[in-house]
Amino acid sequence: MITCRGLAYRYKAGPLIAFADMTLPQGGVLMVSGPSGCGKSTWLALVAALMQPAAGQIEVAGQALAGLSAAAADAWRARNIGFLPQRLHLSAALSVQRNLALAQWAASQPEDLAAISRALESLGVADLAQRKPAELSGGQAQRVALARAVLMQPKLILADEPTASLDDEAAAAAVALMHQTALALGATLVIASHDVRVAALLIPRLASPARLQTMQLPRLAAMNKAA
Amino acid sequence: MTTLALAWRYLWSRPLGAALNLLLLSLGLASITFLILLGHQLSRAFERDLTGIDLVVGAKGSPLQLILSGVLHLDIPTGNVPLQAVRELKKNPLVASIIPISLGDSFRGFRIVGTSLAYPAHYQAALAQGQMWHAPMQAVLGAGAARALGLQLGQSFVGSHGLGAGGHTHGDLPYSVTGILAPTGSVLDRLILTDTASVWKVHETATALDADDQKILEEERELTLALVRYRTPMAAMSLPRFINSSTEMQAASPALEISRLLRMLGIGTDVLQALAGVLLVTAALSVFLALWSAVRERRADLALLRLLGAPARRVAALLMAEALWLGLLAAALGLGLGQLLLQWIGWQLALDQSLLIGGLAWPPSLWWVPALALGVSLAAAALPTLGAYRVSVQELLQSR
Repeated sequence: MITCRGLAYRYKAGPLIAFADMTLPQGGVLMVSGPSGCGKSTWLALVAALMQPAAGQIEVAGQALAGLSAAAADAWRARNIGFLPQRLHLSAALSVQRNLALAQWAASQPEDLAAISRALESLGVADLAQRKPAELSGGQAQRVALARAVLMQPKLILADEPTASLDDEAAAAAVALMHQTALALGATLVIASHDVRVAALLIPRLASPARLQTMQLPRLAAMNKAA
Repeated sequence: MTTLALAWRYLWSRPLGAALNLLLLSLGLASITFLILLGHQLSRAFERDLTGIDLVVGAKGSPLQLILSGVLHLDIPTGNVPLQAVRELKKNPLVASIIPISLGDSFRGFRIVGTSLAYPAHYQAALAQGQMWHAPMQAVLGAGAARALGLQLGQSFVGSHGLGAGGHTHGDLPYSVTGILAPTGSVLDRLILTDTASVWKVHETATALDADDQKILEEERELTLALVRYRTPMAAMSLPRFINSSTEMQAASPALEISRLLRMLGIGTDVLQALAGVLLVTAALSVFLALWSAVRERRADLALLRLLGAPARRVAALLMAEALWLGLLAAALGLGLGQLLLQWIGWQLALDQSLLIGGLAWPPSLWWVPALALGVSLAAAALPTLGAYRVSVQELLQSR
């Protein structure tokens, strides 16, 4: 569940970026799109409580994020947000298993190898646990990164450009995988993408086309890229 | 996974860089360990050999040479003094006791010291085998000398003239071994002890032409020097001045001369310490560079950790822990290397038989080494850690 009211953010010495009001129910699917430099990553950072809004209200997974202390935001993010970055960012120094353990370390939780196995199992990559990221194919790496994102059983999965640089077949597989995983967890799924294929791939998976919420962010001509 | 375990993995994810940094840091620390241990061993060796000797009286010359030759048995003596003069000195009310020392001969590089039984007693030497001498031409070996020479009780040997090897031998008057001392850790370990009379006998018999000549020589008997113990501390005020001004002899205070020697050596060790310091600063810079580039290389990794919910200080702690590992490993390696270096140099210069006792030692000042190791590595990590603390998650979201 995501609710935004009058949300705005201001970079140092920059213009105020205002975002449209929106509500996404728990378990819903949202596609955020728009040209680059439209404040997409700013919106994602606000939703993940990485930044504090300059104005407005934002509530994610039952938590009001405006005014949350940095420590509370970190702890909240560890438990509630599963993040799938565009470049996956698996740590090359660590095995697949340890990469997942990193999420538990970041959440200040004791290492739980059984939970790691379950997460890898659910994405069909349990047998890769001892490999290094360099020894994985692109598809395998994405599955591992998704396993890391869902390890803490988050209420919200944020995917940043998950299909960029993937061919049609791989893009279809990636979207299907994300949707299945979110569905299995009952998690809300937010995909930030300017890839038109994503909407086309998502709509047939939903009960009706109207179930796919979209948020089109307008280009901000004066947006300061000093971020 | 704990922060320490994670830092360990990150550290060794760049094995070559980590190993080189470790080596650089260890070498700096090893030099410092070496210097500290050397200073400790030297001062302990001096202390051990000088205790209870208030004054050394011998022939005029360099006072330092007198101490080095007569107490530490490192240098050649300044000359001889008449026995009569020493006997006069013994009557002085300020003198509590005197140990006579006569040098001149050696056996395969080990000094034959003519003295009295007070000498081994002074160092609390105990016999490992046999008994002390009770007649001239009987010898008692120090533990180290006995081991090196391979001499057994009852065996005999002939001394050669001079303190180094290669002098002419006194073939007609052999010494017989009556006792071997237990190791004392003092200068005695590398000496061959005998009665003062043995030294007279060897030289008088060798030079006397007839019985009359022998008589003249006996009247002119000499000692090399005498180790003096004061009856009262007040003696230090007047006795050395009295000896130096009104006798043919020279008096030197071991404590004074050795502190002068250490001051002279001090200049050398200061230079070495400065070099070790430079090495350490270089190592610190290298660690700094390594961690700094680690932060740059792993910016995305670190940002991801923030994205996964790790607080900034936890991410910073990860980098500090990496520096901590480097410091701990370097301290252990540096201490080990320093100890080995001292042993090796001691063995190379054959000092292990004289000044250095070798063996593992841990003087309190050695705690400086781990303290420095941790200080240097953590200081080097400070700025990179700040970088890790401030790593921006925004960059990760905007990477295109």
